[in-house]
Amino acid sequence: MTPVLEVRDLVKQYPGVRAVDGVSFSIGAGSCFGLLGPNGAGKTTTVEMMEGVTPPTSGEVLYLGEPLGARFREEAGIQFQKTALQDFLTVRETLALFSRLYPRRRDVGDLIRTCALDQVADRDNRKLSGGQMQRLLLAIALANDPRVLFLDEPTTGLDPQARHNFWELIRSIKAEGRTILLTTHYMEEAYFLCDVIAIMDRGRIIAEGPPSRLLKEHFDDVVLELPREDLPPDLSAIPLPALAANDRVEISTGDVEDALRVLLDHGVPLRHLRIRPRNLEDLFLELTGRELRT
Amino acid sequence: MNLRRLAAVWHARNLEFLRDRSTLIFNFLFPLALVVAFALIFGGQPRPVFKVDVVAPTGSALDPALHPFLDTRYVDFVQVEPGALEAAIRKVERHQVDLLLDLRAAPRYWINEDSPKGYLVEKLLLESAAGRARRQPVTGAAVGYVDWLLPGILGMNMMFSCLFGVGYVVVRYRKSGFLRRLSATPVTALEFGAAQILSRLLLTVGVTSMLYAALAFFVPFRNEGSVLLLLLVAVAGALAMIAFGFMMAARFASEELASGAINLASWPMMLLSGVWFSLEGAPSWLQAAARALPLTQMLEAARAVMLDGAGLRDVLPNLGWLATMALAFLGIAAAGFRWRVD
Repeated sequence: MTPVLEVRDLVKQYPGVRAVDGVSFSIGAGSCFGLLGPNGAGKTTTVEMMEGVTPPTSGEVLYLGEPLGARFREEAGIQFQKTALQDFLTVRETLALFSRLYPRRRDVGDLIRTCALDQVADRDNRKLSGGQMQRLLLAIALANDPRVLFLDEPTTGLDPQARHNFWELIRSIKAEGRTILLTTHYMEEAYFLCDVIAIMDRGRIIAEGPPSRLLKEHFDDVVLELPREDLPPDLSAIPLPALAANDRVEISTGDVEDALRVLLDHGVPLRHLRIRPRNLEDLFLELTGRELRT
Repeated sequence: MNLRRLAAVWHARNLEFLRDRSTLIFNFLFPLALVVAFALIFGGQPRPVFKVDVVAPTGSALDPALHPFLDTRYVDFVQVEPGALEAAIRKVERHQVDLLLDLRAAPRYWINEDSPKGYLVEKLLLESAAGRARRQPVTGAAVGYVDWLLPGILGMNMMFSCLFGVGYVVVRYRKSGFLRRLSATPVTALEFGAAQILSRLLLTVGVTSMLYAALAFFVPFRNEGSVLLLLLVAVAGALAMIAFGFMMAARFASEELASGAINLASWPMMLLSGVWFSLEGAPSWLQAAARALPLTQMLEAARAVMLDGAGLRDVLPNLGWLATMALAFLGIAAAGFRWRVD
């Protein structure tokens, strides 16, 4: 089956910087694909080339097997990371403007309900809170009832509650069968929403696959977390792979019983012990070694 | 060209403009100041053309019975005391007064040999005193400077509204990223441009029409032709000038740069398009260059309609040239249009 979106050997060269350095992947119909990486990894540049907003230096982007064209612009919904809207328009008028630009469009009232904008529908769009603005930008992206939806760091700058509300919203949109491309630097967000993720660093993709498979491939252990003061000052006194992180120590182990026995033998109190599985944050650190290097 | 998309962008731009109070007020305030200035300068009673000091016999007022010249209109007669005769002569020497008339005995008068107005007012005096030539009254008002200047002032006001109104907005949209967002929709540069141009056209022609009506009320001026044809001329001229402004803004991403470029384009029009004075007598190459400017074409047509009562057929060449310019500017702008700042 032809993928909805396919990227082949995409390169973007800016003066002195190769922002995207030969990226290839494809996104199947109805799936949510997450592009992850730290700030400056090249996610936004990659997405903008896929949206047809930034021309690539080389490589190609295909929509349903064809180069991006009029059909793509009519069927794609795009939420930019930062977008200025026209001043002096209300939420409802802004949505009406965008929906009238498309041949196929969703009812404005329906968009307002879907994106929970009822309370602010007649408010000037410059007077929205961060969460309301992100929901309006999402509603604009949905105005043409899109087949494929681009979300570029949609929850950056939102408080935790607004972020969780936004995730629920994306989940319900995904349930309608749309194909979604999401970029984020929140690993938790990717884990919660994406079927497939690709981790980018310095313009390249360094890992790609379903989140659980990637975690299984790279880790066969869990993490024991203990407060730093509960362990001896010299961590090498304990024969376990321990890593100090701020006021905590993380010990990774494939055999929890054995590790606990060693800790008890060394008189370490286990009152504040937490055991957690490996997450995408760990995977990113594992793959880039970035924090270990600093 | 998709008309529904064009209408959507047009409507949104109109809403934005109407709700942007400060800009809206400024768009009406400047023309209003023009009306007030015009009314003060050219309105009310016609002003005297000549100034004449008169020394009358003791006890008499300045009465036509004293001398028929005193009945002349548009001459400002000022009575001077006999003792001030010397001072009055000095005023004549300095061109501050055009003529000094002493009616105490046999009338005497002083004029400055070098003063053109003195020369003319002397003729009036001699004509009234001799009474030989019989007066032949004719009808028809002369074309005053106000009649000639008014289309120029209205045109200049339109030019600024057209060039800056659309130019600034487009550059601001580009800078803020709104254009980048639109570029991800099916809207084309031609549709976007046409929507901006039509929105500004509505405003400019609306304001100018109101200004025209207000001026007609306060400052009587001449319009020999059809008001509808004048409206058509205004629409064609505005279209060409807005399209020109849109072309200037097709690529810039900074308001400062756009402002400089538009200023650079507006000054030649201010000076060469015949807003303030006619270019008759200027070198022919300069006249030819001036005729290539949209404002020149619009003012030429407007003056032909207002001063000579020209009809559609007479101004058709101007209208055709303006329409061609509008289409060419829009085409060039759409072809080179930049949606984003790289």
